[in-house]
Amino acid sequence: MTAQIPKPQAFVRELLGRSDYAIIGEIVEPGTKVLDLGCGDGDLLQWLAENKGVDARGVEISSAKVQRAIARGVSVYQGDIDEGLADYPGGAFDYVILSQTLQETHHPQKVLREMLRVGRRAIVAFPNFGHWRMRIALLVGGRAPITTLFPHNWYDSPNIHILTVQDFEELVQLEGIRVERRYFLAGGRKVNLRPNLLAETAVYLVSGASR
Amino acid sequence: MIVESNVVRFDCMPLDNGATLAPVEAAYETYGELNARKSNAILIEHAFSGDAHAAGISHETGKPGWWDNMIGPGKAFDTSRYFIICANVLGGCRGSTGPSSVNPATGCPYAMAFPVITIRDMVRLQKLLIDWFGIERLLSVSGGSMGGMQALEWAVSYPDRVVSAIPIACTTRHSAQQIAFNEVGRQAIIADPDWNGGAYYGKQPPARGLAVARMVGHITYMSDDSMREKFGRRLRGKENFGYAFDVDFEVESYLRYRGSEFVNRFDANSYLYITKAMDYFDLMNGHGSLAAAFEAAQARFLVISFSSDWLYPSYQSQEIVRALRARNCDVAYVELESNYGHDAFLVDVAEQTDLIRGFLASTYEKAQ
Repeated sequence: MTAQIPKPQAFVRELLGRSDYAIIGEIVEPGTKVLDLGCGDGDLLQWLAENKGVDARGVEISSAKVQRAIARGVSVYQGDIDEGLADYPGGAFDYVILSQTLQETHHPQKVLREMLRVGRRAIVAFPNFGHWRMRIALLVGGRAPITTLFPHNWYDSPNIHILTVQDFEELVQLEGIRVERRYFLAGGRKVNLRPNLLAETAVYLVSGASR
Repeated sequence: MIVESNVVRFDCMPLDNGATLAPVEAAYETYGELNARKSNAILIEHAFSGDAHAAGISHETGKPGWWDNMIGPGKAFDTSRYFIICANVLGGCRGSTGPSSVNPATGCPYAMAFPVITIRDMVRLQKLLIDWFGIERLLSVSGGSMGGMQALEWAVSYPDRVVSAIPIACTTRHSAQQIAFNEVGRQAIIADPDWNGGAYYGKQPPARGLAVARMVGHITYMSDDSMREKFGRRLRGKENFGYAFDVDFEVESYLRYRGSEFVNRFDANSYLYITKAMDYFDLMNGHGSLAAAFEAAQARFLVISFSSDWLYPSYQSQEIVRALRARNCDVAYVELESNYGHDAFLVDVAEQTDLIRGFLASTYEKAQ
Protein backbone atom coordinates (compact mmCIF):
# COMPACT_ATOMS: atom_id res chain seq x y z
CA MET A 1 0.00 0.00 0.00
CA THR A 2 1.43 3.34 -0.99
CA ALA A 3 0.56 6.43 0.95
CA GLN A 4 -1.76 8.93 -0.67
CA ILE A 5 0.38 11.64 -2.11
CA PRO A 6 -1.40 14.99 -2.13
CA LYS A 7 -1.89 16.23 -5.69
CA PRO A 8 0.12 19.32 -6.54
CA GLN A 9 -1.92 22.47 -7.05
CA ALA A 10 -2.81 22.77 -10.73
CA PHE A 11 -1.70 26.07 -12.21
CA VAL A 12 -4.26 25.99 -15.01
CA ARG A 13 -7.86 25.59 -14.08
CA GLU A 14 -9.87 23.49 -16.42
CA LEU A 15 -12.59 24.91 -18.57
CA LEU A 16 -15.29 22.42 -19.60
CA GLY A 17 -12.96 19.70 -18.38
CA ARG A 18 -10.00 20.77 -20.51
CA SER A 19 -6.91 22.80 -19.68
CA ASP A 20 -6.34 23.91 -23.30
CA TYR A 21 -9.87 25.39 -23.30
CA ALA A 22 -8.92 27.34 -20.16
CA ILE A 23 -6.01 28.91 -22.06
CA ILE A 24 -8.19 29.64 -25.09
CA GLY A 25 -10.88 31.13 -22.85
CA GLU A 26 -8.20 33.38 -21.39
CA ILE A 27 -6.76 34.47 -24.75
CA VAL A 28 -9.98 35.39 -26.58
CA GLU A 29 -10.91 39.03 -26.07
CA PRO A 30 -14.55 39.92 -25.36
CA GLY A 31 -16.88 40.94 -28.17
CA THR A 32 -14.76 39.47 -30.95
CA LYS A 33 -15.67 37.26 -33.91
CA VAL A 34 -14.57 33.67 -33.45
CA LEU A 35 -14.55 30.66 -35.80
CA ASP A 36 -13.89 27.26 -34.22
CA LEU A 37 -12.76 24.56 -36.64
CA GLY A 38 -13.76 21.07 -35.61
CA CYS A 39 -15.92 22.57 -32.89
CA GLY A 40 -17.64 19.31 -31.86
CA ASP A 41 -20.98 20.00 -30.24
CA GLY A 42 -20.10 23.66 -29.75
CA ASP A 43 -19.41 23.66 -25.99
CA LEU A 44 -16.41 26.00 -26.23
CA LEU A 45 -18.26 28.34 -28.61
CA GLN A 46 -21.27 28.44 -26.32
CA TRP A 47 -19.00 29.25 -23.35
CA LEU A 48 -17.27 32.02 -25.32
CA ALA A 49 -20.62 33.45 -26.45
CA GLU A 50 -22.06 33.46 -22.95
CA ASN A 51 -18.96 34.56 -21.04
CA LYS A 52 -17.09 36.72 -23.53
CA GLY A 53 -19.97 37.91 -25.70
CA VAL A 54 -18.25 36.73 -28.86
CA ASP A 55 -19.92 36.24 -32.22
CA ALA A 56 -19.42 32.47 -32.37
CA ARG A 57 -19.33 30.26 -35.47
CA GLY A 58 -18.16 26.73 -35.97
CA VAL A 59 -17.37 24.02 -38.50
CA GLU A 60 -17.82 20.35 -37.72
CA ILE A 61 -17.87 17.25 -39.91
CA SER A 62 -20.10 15.04 -37.76
CA SER A 63 -23.82 15.51 -38.41
CA ALA A 64 -24.74 14.39 -34.88
CA LYS A 65 -22.39 16.95 -33.29
CA VAL A 66 -23.55 19.73 -35.60
CA GLN A 67 -27.14 18.96 -34.60
CA ARG A 68 -26.30 19.23 -30.90
CA ALA A 69 -24.46 22.50 -31.50
CA ILE A 70 -27.34 24.07 -33.46
CA ALA A 71 -29.85 22.81 -30.88
CA ARG A 72 -27.94 24.73 -28.20
CA GLY A 73 -28.12 27.86 -30.35
CA VAL A 74 -24.60 27.93 -31.82
CA SER A 75 -24.20 28.63 -35.54
CA VAL A 76 -22.30 25.62 -36.81
CA TYR A 77 -22.20 24.24 -40.30
CA GLN A 78 -21.45 20.72 -41.34
CA GLY A 79 -18.33 20.65 -43.44
CA ASP A 80 -14.73 19.67 -43.92
CA ILE A 81 -12.00 21.88 -42.42
CA ASP A 82 -9.64 21.11 -45.26
CA GLU A 83 -12.03 22.72 -47.76
CA GLY A 84 -14.44 24.71 -45.64
CA LEU A 85 -12.43 27.90 -45.23
CA ALA A 86 -12.04 28.75 -48.90
CA ASP A 87 -15.39 30.54 -49.14
CA TYR A 88 -14.76 33.06 -46.38
CA PRO A 89 -13.50 36.52 -47.28
CA GLY A 90 -10.12 37.51 -45.85
CA GLY A 91 -10.08 38.88 -42.32
CA ALA A 92 -13.62 37.68 -41.56
CA PHE A 93 -12.74 36.71 -37.98
CA ASP A 94 -10.69 38.01 -35.08
CA TYR A 95 -9.75 34.47 -34.04
CA VAL A 96 -9.81 31.15 -35.82
CA ILE A 97 -9.49 28.29 -33.34
CA LEU A 98 -8.17 24.84 -34.16
CA SER A 99 -8.21 22.78 -31.00
CA GLN A 100 -6.70 19.27 -31.01
CA THR A 101 -7.48 18.91 -34.70
CA LEU A 102 -4.40 20.08 -36.66
CA GLN A 103 -2.99 16.55 -36.59
CA GLU A 104 -6.26 15.24 -38.08
CA THR A 105 -6.31 17.49 -41.17
CA HIS A 106 -5.16 16.30 -44.57
CA HIS A 107 -3.21 19.47 -45.36
CA PRO A 108 -2.14 21.08 -42.06
CA GLN A 109 0.11 23.63 -43.77
CA LYS A 110 -2.70 24.81 -46.03
CA VAL A 111 -5.16 24.85 -43.12
CA LEU A 112 -2.80 27.05 -41.13
CA ARG A 113 -2.41 29.47 -44.04
CA GLU A 114 -6.18 29.57 -44.55
CA MET A 115 -6.76 30.19 -40.84
CA LEU A 116 -4.52 33.22 -41.01
CA ARG A 117 -6.17 34.43 -44.18
CA VAL A 118 -9.73 34.42 -42.79
CA GLY A 119 -8.67 35.29 -39.23
CA ARG A 120 -6.52 38.11 -37.87
CA ARG A 121 -5.15 35.58 -35.40
CA ALA A 122 -5.20 31.84 -35.03
CA ILE A 123 -5.22 29.76 -31.87
CA VAL A 124 -3.80 26.30 -32.43
CA ALA A 125 -3.81 23.65 -29.71
CA PHE A 126 -2.31 20.25 -30.42
CA PRO A 127 -1.08 17.15 -28.58
CA ASN A 128 2.71 16.96 -28.49
CA PHE A 129 4.01 13.75 -29.97
CA GLY A 130 7.47 14.57 -28.59
CA HIS A 131 6.36 14.01 -24.98
CA TRP A 132 8.68 11.63 -23.10
CA ARG A 133 5.97 8.99 -22.65
CA MET A 134 5.60 8.70 -26.40
CA ARG A 135 9.34 8.48 -26.88
CA ILE A 136 9.70 5.74 -24.28
CA ALA A 137 6.69 3.83 -25.62
CA LEU A 138 8.25 3.81 -29.07
CA LEU A 139 11.79 3.09 -27.86
CA VAL A 140 10.84 0.30 -25.48
CA GLY A 141 7.71 -1.09 -27.11
CA GLY A 142 8.85 -0.75 -30.70
CA ARG A 143 5.27 -0.04 -31.78
CA ALA A 144 3.25 3.06 -32.64
CA PRO A 145 2.67 4.45 -29.12
CA ILE A 146 -0.73 4.21 -27.47
CA THR A 147 -1.07 6.65 -24.58
CA THR A 148 -3.80 8.79 -23.02
CA LEU A 149 -2.87 11.58 -25.47
CA PHE A 150 -2.82 9.25 -28.49
CA PRO A 151 -5.22 6.50 -27.49
CA HIS A 152 -5.79 4.96 -30.93
CA ASN A 153 -4.30 2.01 -32.72
CA TRP A 154 -2.24 3.21 -35.68
CA TYR A 155 -4.77 1.72 -38.10
CA ASP A 156 -7.86 3.47 -36.76
CA SER A 157 -6.31 6.71 -35.57
CA PRO A 158 -7.72 10.02 -36.85
CA ASN A 159 -4.25 11.48 -36.20
CA ILE A 160 -2.71 11.39 -39.65
CA HIS A 161 -0.19 14.23 -39.22
CA ILE A 162 1.33 13.80 -35.78
CA LEU A 163 3.73 16.54 -34.73
CA THR A 164 5.91 17.74 -31.89
CA VAL A 165 6.35 21.17 -30.36
CA GLN A 166 9.65 21.42 -32.23
CA ASP A 167 7.93 20.50 -35.51
CA PHE A 168 5.38 23.26 -35.04
CA GLU A 169 8.06 25.81 -34.17
CA GLU A 170 9.85 24.95 -37.40
CA LEU A 171 6.66 25.16 -39.46
CA VAL A 172 5.72 28.64 -38.19
CA GLN A 173 9.25 29.80 -38.89
CA LEU A 174 9.11 28.35 -42.40
CA GLU A 175 5.76 30.03 -43.01
CA GLY A 176 6.89 33.34 -41.56
CA ILE A 177 4.09 33.17 -39.01
CA ARG A 178 4.46 35.30 -35.89
CA VAL A 179 4.01 33.55 -32.55
CA GLU A 180 2.40 36.00 -30.16
CA ARG A 181 2.07 33.63 -27.22
CA ARG A 182 2.84 29.98 -26.52
CA TYR A 183 1.59 27.83 -23.66
CA PHE A 184 2.69 24.34 -22.71
CA LEU A 185 0.63 22.06 -20.52
CA ALA A 186 1.03 18.71 -18.82
CA GLY A 187 -1.47 17.20 -16.43
CA GLY A 188 -3.29 20.51 -16.10
CA ARG A 189 -0.12 22.39 -15.14
CA LYS A 190 1.99 24.81 -17.09
CA VAL A 191 5.30 23.50 -18.35
CA ASN A 192 8.13 26.00 -18.40
CA LEU A 193 11.18 23.89 -19.17
CA ARG A 194 11.92 21.65 -22.19
CA PRO A 195 8.38 21.73 -23.56
CA ASN A 196 9.20 19.39 -26.45
CA LEU A 197 9.95 16.68 -23.89
CA LEU A 198 7.59 17.59 -21.06
CA ALA A 199 4.49 19.19 -22.60
CA GLU A 200 1.46 17.03 -23.38
CA THR A 201 -0.43 19.83 -25.06
CA ALA A 202 0.74 23.04 -26.72
CA VAL A 203 -1.39 26.13 -27.33
CA TYR A 204 -0.16 28.79 -29.73
CA LEU A 205 -1.55 32.22 -30.45
CA VAL A 206 -0.21 33.17 -33.87
CA SER A 207 -0.74 35.89 -36.43
CA GLY A 208 0.28 36.46 -40.02
CA ALA A 209 3.77 37.65 -40.77
CA SER A 210 4.19 41.37 -40.16
CA ARG A 211 4.98 42.95 -43.45
CA MET B 1 -56.71 23.47 -31.49
CA ILE B 2 -59.56 24.32 -33.90
CA VAL B 3 -58.45 26.89 -36.47
CA GLU B 4 -60.07 28.94 -39.20
CA SER B 5 -58.75 30.58 -42.34
CA ASN B 6 -59.28 34.28 -42.94
CA VAL B 7 -58.97 36.30 -46.11
CA VAL B 8 -57.61 39.83 -46.41
CA ARG B 9 -58.05 41.89 -49.56
CA PHE B 10 -55.61 44.47 -50.91
CA ASP B 11 -56.50 47.03 -53.59
CA CYS B 12 -53.72 46.16 -56.01
CA MET B 13 -50.24 44.75 -56.35
CA PRO B 14 -47.65 45.11 -59.14
CA LEU B 15 -46.11 41.92 -60.53
CA ASP B 16 -42.66 41.04 -61.89
CA ASN B 17 -44.03 40.64 -65.41
CA GLY B 18 -45.27 44.25 -65.44
CA ALA B 19 -48.97 43.50 -64.89
CA THR B 20 -50.97 44.59 -61.86
CA LEU B 21 -53.43 42.48 -59.94
CA ALA B 22 -56.39 44.44 -58.59
CA PRO B 23 -57.72 43.43 -56.19
CA VAL B 24 -55.59 40.68 -54.68
CA GLU B 25 -56.48 38.47 -51.75
CA ALA B 26 -54.47 36.41 -49.29
CA ALA B 27 -55.95 33.55 -47.27
CA TYR B 28 -54.11 32.99 -44.00
CA GLU B 29 -54.22 31.27 -40.63
CA THR B 30 -52.49 32.24 -37.40
CA TYR B 31 -51.54 30.27 -34.29
CA GLY B 32 -50.37 31.61 -30.94
CA GLU B 33 -50.40 35.21 -29.74
CA LEU B 34 -48.60 38.22 -31.18
CA ASN B 35 -46.75 39.91 -28.30
CA ALA B 36 -47.09 43.62 -27.53
CA ARG B 37 -43.85 44.52 -29.31
CA LYS B 38 -44.81 42.33 -32.27
CA SER B 39 -41.39 40.72 -32.10
CA ASN B 40 -42.38 37.06 -31.96
CA ALA B 41 -43.96 36.59 -35.41
CA ILE B 42 -42.86 33.72 -37.63
CA LEU B 43 -44.03 33.32 -41.22
CA ILE B 44 -44.39 29.72 -42.38
CA GLU B 45 -44.17 29.16 -46.14
CA HIS B 46 -45.95 26.21 -47.67
CA ALA B 47 -44.60 23.97 -50.41
CA PHE B 48 -46.01 23.57 -53.93
CA SER B 49 -49.36 21.96 -53.11
CA GLY B 50 -49.80 23.23 -49.56
CA ASP B 51 -52.14 25.87 -48.21
CA ALA B 52 -52.67 28.27 -45.31
CA HIS B 53 -53.81 25.44 -43.05
CA ALA B 54 -50.42 24.56 -41.56
CA ALA B 55 -51.43 23.54 -38.04
CA GLY B 56 -54.34 22.68 -35.78
CA ILE B 57 -57.62 21.12 -36.81
CA SER B 58 -59.51 22.90 -39.57
CA HIS B 59 -62.92 24.17 -38.48
CA GLU B 60 -64.08 23.60 -42.03
CA THR B 61 -62.69 20.13 -42.89
CA GLY B 62 -61.76 18.63 -39.50
CA LYS B 63 -58.30 17.83 -40.88
CA PRO B 64 -54.92 18.59 -39.26
CA GLY B 65 -52.58 21.12 -40.90
CA TRP B 66 -49.81 20.04 -43.27
CA TRP B 67 -47.07 20.83 -40.70
CA ASP B 68 -49.10 20.11 -37.55
CA ASN B 69 -46.25 17.90 -36.27
CA MET B 70 -43.96 20.97 -36.28
CA ILE B 71 -46.27 23.81 -35.22
CA GLY B 72 -48.03 23.87 -31.85
CA PRO B 73 -47.44 24.21 -28.11
CA GLY B 74 -44.01 22.77 -27.27
CA LYS B 75 -43.30 21.86 -30.89
CA ALA B 76 -40.47 23.14 -33.13
CA PHE B 77 -42.46 26.30 -33.87
CA ASP B 78 -43.76 26.68 -30.34
CA THR B 79 -47.10 28.48 -30.39
CA SER B 80 -46.85 29.15 -26.65
CA ARG B 81 -43.88 31.44 -27.42
CA TYR B 82 -44.33 32.56 -31.02
CA PHE B 83 -47.05 33.95 -33.25
CA ILE B 84 -47.19 31.82 -36.38
CA ILE B 85 -48.65 33.00 -39.68
CA CYS B 86 -49.17 30.87 -42.78
CA ALA B 87 -50.75 32.17 -46.01
CA ASN B 88 -51.80 30.43 -49.20
CA VAL B 89 -49.47 31.53 -52.02
CA LEU B 90 -50.40 33.88 -54.83
CA GLY B 91 -51.51 31.73 -57.78
CA GLY B 92 -52.88 29.09 -55.41
CA CYS B 93 -56.37 27.69 -55.25
CA ARG B 94 -56.97 27.62 -51.52
CA GLY B 95 -58.27 31.11 -50.85
CA SER B 96 -55.57 33.40 -52.21
CA THR B 97 -55.91 35.01 -55.63
CA GLY B 98 -55.06 32.60 -58.45
CA PRO B 99 -56.20 31.48 -61.90
CA SER B 100 -59.46 30.11 -60.48
CA SER B 101 -60.34 33.51 -58.91
CA VAL B 102 -62.86 35.77 -60.59
CA ASN B 103 -61.32 38.26 -63.00
CA PRO B 104 -63.00 41.61 -62.19
CA ALA B 105 -62.69 42.61 -65.87
CA THR B 106 -64.90 39.74 -67.10
CA GLY B 107 -66.77 38.42 -64.05
CA CYS B 108 -65.46 34.95 -64.94
CA PRO B 109 -62.46 32.98 -63.57
CA TYR B 110 -59.12 34.26 -64.88
CA ALA B 111 -57.99 30.89 -66.23
CA MET B 112 -55.16 31.60 -68.71
CA ALA B 113 -55.80 35.35 -68.48
CA PHE B 114 -54.14 35.19 -65.07
CA PRO B 115 -50.69 36.83 -65.30
CA VAL B 116 -47.62 34.62 -65.02
CA ILE B 117 -46.30 35.05 -61.50
CA THR B 118 -42.97 34.53 -59.74
CA ILE B 119 -41.77 33.47 -56.30
CA ARG B 120 -40.98 37.15 -55.69
CA ASP B 121 -44.62 38.02 -56.46
CA MET B 122 -45.73 35.46 -53.89
CA VAL B 123 -43.43 37.06 -51.33
CA ARG B 124 -44.68 40.53 -52.30
CA LEU B 125 -48.22 39.49 -51.37
CA GLN B 126 -46.98 38.09 -48.06
CA LYS B 127 -45.21 41.39 -47.42
CA LEU B 128 -48.55 43.21 -47.82
CA LEU B 129 -50.02 40.79 -45.28
CA ILE B 130 -47.17 41.31 -42.79
CA ASP B 131 -47.52 45.11 -43.20
CA TRP B 132 -51.25 44.71 -42.61
CA PHE B 133 -50.47 42.94 -39.32
CA GLY B 134 -48.23 45.89 -38.43
CA ILE B 135 -45.24 43.60 -37.95
CA GLU B 136 -41.97 45.48 -38.40
CA ARG B 137 -39.67 42.46 -38.42
CA LEU B 138 -40.40 38.76 -38.66
CA LEU B 139 -38.51 36.70 -36.11
CA SER B 140 -38.22 34.03 -38.76
CA VAL B 141 -39.37 32.92 -42.20
CA SER B 142 -39.34 29.19 -42.76
CA GLY B 143 -40.49 26.52 -45.15
CA GLY B 144 -39.46 23.45 -47.09
CA SER B 145 -39.14 22.99 -50.84
CA MET B 146 -40.92 25.90 -52.57
CA GLY B 147 -41.45 27.25 -49.04
CA GLY B 148 -37.70 27.42 -48.64
CA MET B 149 -37.38 29.38 -51.89
CA GLN B 150 -39.80 31.96 -50.51
CA ALA B 151 -37.84 32.14 -47.24
CA LEU B 152 -34.68 32.88 -49.25
CA GLU B 153 -36.52 35.47 -51.36
CA TRP B 154 -37.71 37.23 -48.19
CA ALA B 155 -34.15 37.43 -46.84
CA VAL B 156 -32.95 38.97 -50.11
CA SER B 157 -35.92 41.18 -51.09
CA TYR B 158 -36.74 42.51 -47.60
CA PRO B 159 -33.48 42.12 -45.68
CA ASP B 160 -34.45 44.58 -42.94
CA ARG B 161 -37.73 42.76 -42.29
CA VAL B 162 -36.47 39.30 -41.31
CA VAL B 163 -34.34 38.41 -38.29
CA SER B 164 -33.78 34.84 -39.40
CA ALA B 165 -34.58 32.43 -42.21
CA ILE B 166 -34.86 28.63 -42.17
CA PRO B 167 -34.85 27.32 -45.78
CA ILE B 168 -35.28 23.54 -45.77
CA ALA B 169 -34.71 21.05 -48.63
CA CYS B 170 -34.66 23.74 -51.31
CA THR B 171 -32.54 25.55 -53.85
CA THR B 172 -31.77 29.02 -55.17
CA ARG B 173 -32.57 27.88 -58.71
CA HIS B 174 -34.08 24.82 -60.33
CA SER B 175 -31.74 22.49 -62.18
CA ALA B 176 -32.63 21.12 -65.63
CA GLN B 177 -33.83 17.94 -63.91
CA GLN B 178 -36.21 19.84 -61.63
CA ILE B 179 -37.58 21.89 -64.53
CA ALA B 180 -37.96 18.65 -66.50
CA PHE B 181 -40.17 16.99 -63.90
CA ASN B 182 -42.32 20.12 -63.67
CA GLU B 183 -42.66 20.21 -67.44
CA VAL B 184 -43.86 16.58 -67.52
CA GLY B 185 -46.55 17.54 -65.00
CA ARG B 186 -47.61 20.57 -67.02
CA GLN B 187 -47.73 18.64 -70.28
CA ALA B 188 -49.84 15.91 -68.68
CA ILE B 189 -52.42 18.57 -67.80
CA ILE B 190 -52.24 20.40 -71.13
CA ALA B 191 -52.54 17.10 -73.06
CA ASP B 192 -55.83 16.31 -71.30
CA PRO B 193 -58.66 17.40 -73.70
CA ASP B 194 -60.66 18.52 -70.67
CA TRP B 195 -58.04 21.19 -69.99
CA ASN B 196 -59.55 23.09 -72.93
CA GLY B 197 -56.98 25.89 -73.02
CA GLY B 198 -57.53 26.41 -69.30
CA ALA B 199 -61.22 27.27 -69.72
CA TYR B 200 -62.72 24.33 -67.81
CA TYR B 201 -64.28 26.14 -64.86
CA GLY B 202 -67.89 25.09 -64.44
CA LYS B 203 -67.19 22.09 -66.68
CA GLN B 204 -65.29 18.82 -66.41
CA PRO B 205 -61.77 19.68 -65.13
CA PRO B 206 -58.67 17.94 -66.60
CA ALA B 207 -58.73 15.34 -63.83
CA ARG B 208 -56.77 12.65 -65.67
CA GLY B 209 -53.95 15.01 -66.64
CA LEU B 210 -53.75 16.52 -63.17
CA ALA B 211 -53.71 13.05 -61.58
CA VAL B 212 -50.83 11.94 -63.81
CA ALA B 213 -48.94 15.14 -62.96
CA ARG B 214 -49.40 14.39 -59.29
CA MET B 215 -48.26 10.78 -59.71
CA VAL B 216 -44.98 11.97 -61.22
CA GLY B 217 -44.64 14.46 -58.39
CA HIS B 218 -45.07 11.81 -55.73
CA ILE B 219 -42.32 9.66 -57.25
CA THR B 220 -39.92 12.59 -56.96
CA TYR B 221 -40.88 13.18 -53.32
CA MET B 222 -39.92 9.65 -52.25
CA SER B 223 -36.63 7.77 -52.39
CA ASP B 224 -35.70 4.41 -53.86
CA ASP B 225 -35.33 3.12 -50.27
CA SER B 226 -38.60 4.52 -48.99
CA MET B 227 -40.50 3.08 -51.97
CA ARG B 228 -38.88 -0.31 -51.49
CA GLU B 229 -39.79 -0.19 -47.82
CA LYS B 230 -43.33 1.02 -48.40
CA PHE B 231 -44.30 -1.06 -51.46
CA GLY B 232 -41.54 -3.34 -52.66
CA ARG B 233 -42.99 -5.48 -55.44
CA ARG B 234 -46.04 -6.41 -53.39
CA LEU B 235 -49.23 -7.04 -55.35
CA ARG B 236 -52.42 -5.24 -54.51
CA GLY B 237 -55.21 -7.60 -53.32
CA LYS B 238 -54.11 -10.51 -55.52
CA GLU B 239 -51.82 -13.51 -55.45
CA ASN B 240 -50.76 -13.48 -59.10
CA PHE B 241 -50.37 -10.97 -61.91
CA GLY B 242 -53.65 -10.01 -63.52
CA TYR B 243 -52.17 -10.04 -67.06
CA ALA B 244 -54.04 -6.83 -67.77
CA PHE B 245 -53.52 -3.11 -67.23
CA ASP B 246 -55.52 -2.53 -64.10
CA VAL B 247 -53.67 -2.32 -60.79
CA ASP B 248 -51.22 -5.15 -60.06
CA PHE B 249 -48.64 -3.58 -57.77
CA GLU B 250 -49.14 -1.74 -54.47
CA VAL B 251 -47.13 1.19 -55.80
CA GLU B 252 -49.52 1.59 -58.72
CA SER B 253 -52.47 1.61 -56.38
CA TYR B 254 -50.81 4.20 -54.16
CA LEU B 255 -49.96 6.55 -57.02
CA ARG B 256 -53.46 6.26 -58.52
CA TYR B 257 -54.98 6.99 -55.14
CA ARG B 258 -52.71 10.02 -54.61
CA GLY B 259 -53.48 11.28 -58.10
CA SER B 260 -57.25 11.02 -57.83
CA GLU B 261 -57.29 12.47 -54.32
CA PHE B 262 -55.29 15.47 -55.50
CA VAL B 263 -57.85 16.32 -58.18
CA ASN B 264 -60.43 17.01 -55.48
CA ARG B 265 -58.32 19.63 -53.75
CA PHE B 266 -56.17 21.26 -56.41
CA ASP B 267 -56.76 23.37 -59.48
CA ALA B 268 -54.95 22.30 -62.66
CA ASN B 269 -54.25 25.86 -63.75
CA SER B 270 -52.69 26.62 -60.35
CA TYR B 271 -50.44 23.63 -61.02
CA LEU B 272 -49.28 25.27 -64.25
CA TYR B 273 -48.73 28.74 -62.77
CA ILE B 274 -47.02 27.67 -59.55
CA THR B 275 -44.63 25.18 -61.17
CA LYS B 276 -43.71 27.89 -63.69
CA ALA B 277 -42.95 30.30 -60.84
CA MET B 278 -40.66 27.68 -59.28
CA ASP B 279 -38.86 27.11 -62.58
CA TYR B 280 -38.35 30.85 -63.12
CA PHE B 281 -36.98 31.31 -59.61
CA ASP B 282 -33.29 32.21 -59.70
CA LEU B 283 -32.02 34.10 -56.70
CA MET B 284 -28.84 35.25 -58.47
CA ASN B 285 -30.79 36.71 -61.37
CA GLY B 286 -29.47 40.19 -62.06
CA HIS B 287 -26.78 39.90 -59.36
CA GLY B 288 -24.01 38.10 -61.26
CA SER B 289 -23.34 35.64 -58.46
CA LEU B 290 -25.19 34.04 -55.59
CA ALA B 291 -22.88 35.71 -53.08
CA ALA B 292 -23.76 39.07 -54.65
CA ALA B 293 -27.46 38.23 -54.33
CA PHE B 294 -26.99 37.81 -50.58
CA GLU B 295 -25.15 41.13 -50.29
CA ALA B 296 -28.02 42.89 -48.53
CA ALA B 297 -29.08 39.88 -46.45
CA GLN B 298 -28.87 40.54 -42.72
CA ALA B 299 -30.72 37.49 -41.44
CA ARG B 300 -29.31 34.63 -39.46
CA PHE B 301 -29.76 31.40 -41.45
CA LEU B 302 -30.42 27.78 -40.60
CA VAL B 303 -30.19 25.63 -43.73
CA ILE B 304 -31.30 21.99 -43.59
CA SER B 305 -31.09 19.25 -46.23
CA PHE B 306 -31.79 15.51 -46.20
CA SER B 307 -29.43 12.74 -47.26
CA SER B 308 -31.92 10.83 -49.45
CA ASP B 309 -33.55 13.89 -51.07
CA TRP B 310 -32.68 13.54 -54.74
CA LEU B 311 -35.22 16.14 -55.91
CA TYR B 312 -33.52 18.92 -53.93
CA PRO B 313 -30.12 17.32 -53.28
CA SER B 314 -27.86 18.51 -50.47
CA TYR B 315 -25.42 20.11 -52.91
CA GLN B 316 -28.06 22.75 -53.63
CA SER B 317 -28.34 23.61 -49.94
CA GLN B 318 -24.56 23.66 -49.68
CA GLU B 319 -24.44 26.22 -52.50
CA ILE B 320 -26.65 28.47 -50.38
CA VAL B 321 -24.36 27.96 -47.38
CA ARG B 322 -21.19 28.68 -49.37
CA ALA B 323 -22.62 31.90 -50.78
CA LEU B 324 -23.67 33.00 -47.29
CA ARG B 325 -20.20 32.23 -45.95
CA ALA B 326 -18.65 34.27 -48.72
CA ARG B 327 -20.71 37.20 -47.39
CA ASN B 328 -19.71 36.24 -43.84
CA CYS B 329 -23.38 35.83 -42.94
CA ASP B 330 -24.38 33.95 -39.80
CA VAL B 331 -25.30 30.51 -41.13
CA ALA B 332 -25.81 27.09 -39.59
CA TYR B 333 -26.18 24.06 -41.81
CA VAL B 334 -26.70 20.35 -41.40
CA GLU B 335 -27.61 17.45 -43.65
CA LEU B 336 -29.96 15.14 -41.75
CA GLU B 337 -29.92 11.39 -42.34
CA SER B 338 -33.27 10.23 -43.65
CA ASN B 339 -34.71 7.56 -45.91
CA TYR B 340 -37.81 9.54 -46.82
CA GLY B 341 -36.42 11.50 -49.76
CA HIS B 342 -37.81 14.99 -50.31
CA ASP B 343 -40.83 14.15 -48.11
CA ALA B 344 -38.46 14.04 -45.11
CA PHE B 345 -39.09 17.69 -44.25
CA LEU B 346 -42.76 16.86 -43.69
CA VAL B 347 -42.42 13.52 -41.91
CA ASP B 348 -38.97 13.29 -40.27
CA VAL B 349 -39.64 15.88 -37.59
CA ALA B 350 -37.76 14.73 -34.45
CA GLU B 351 -34.33 16.04 -35.45
CA GLN B 352 -35.71 19.11 -37.20
CA THR B 353 -37.58 19.95 -34.01
CA ASP B 354 -34.41 20.03 -31.86
CA LEU B 355 -32.58 22.13 -34.45
CA ILE B 356 -35.33 24.65 -35.06
CA ARG B 357 -36.33 25.00 -31.41
CA GLY B 358 -32.73 25.77 -30.38
CA PHE B 359 -32.11 28.05 -33.35
CA LEU B 360 -35.30 30.06 -32.76
CA ALA B 361 -34.73 30.32 -28.99
CA SER B 362 -31.22 31.77 -29.43
CA THR B 363 -32.39 34.04 -32.27
CA TYR B 364 -35.27 35.34 -30.17
CA GLU B 365 -32.98 35.95 -27.20
CA LYS B 366 -30.48 37.91 -29.31
CA ALA B 367 -33.23 39.94 -30.99
CA GLN B 368 -34.76 41.19 -27.74
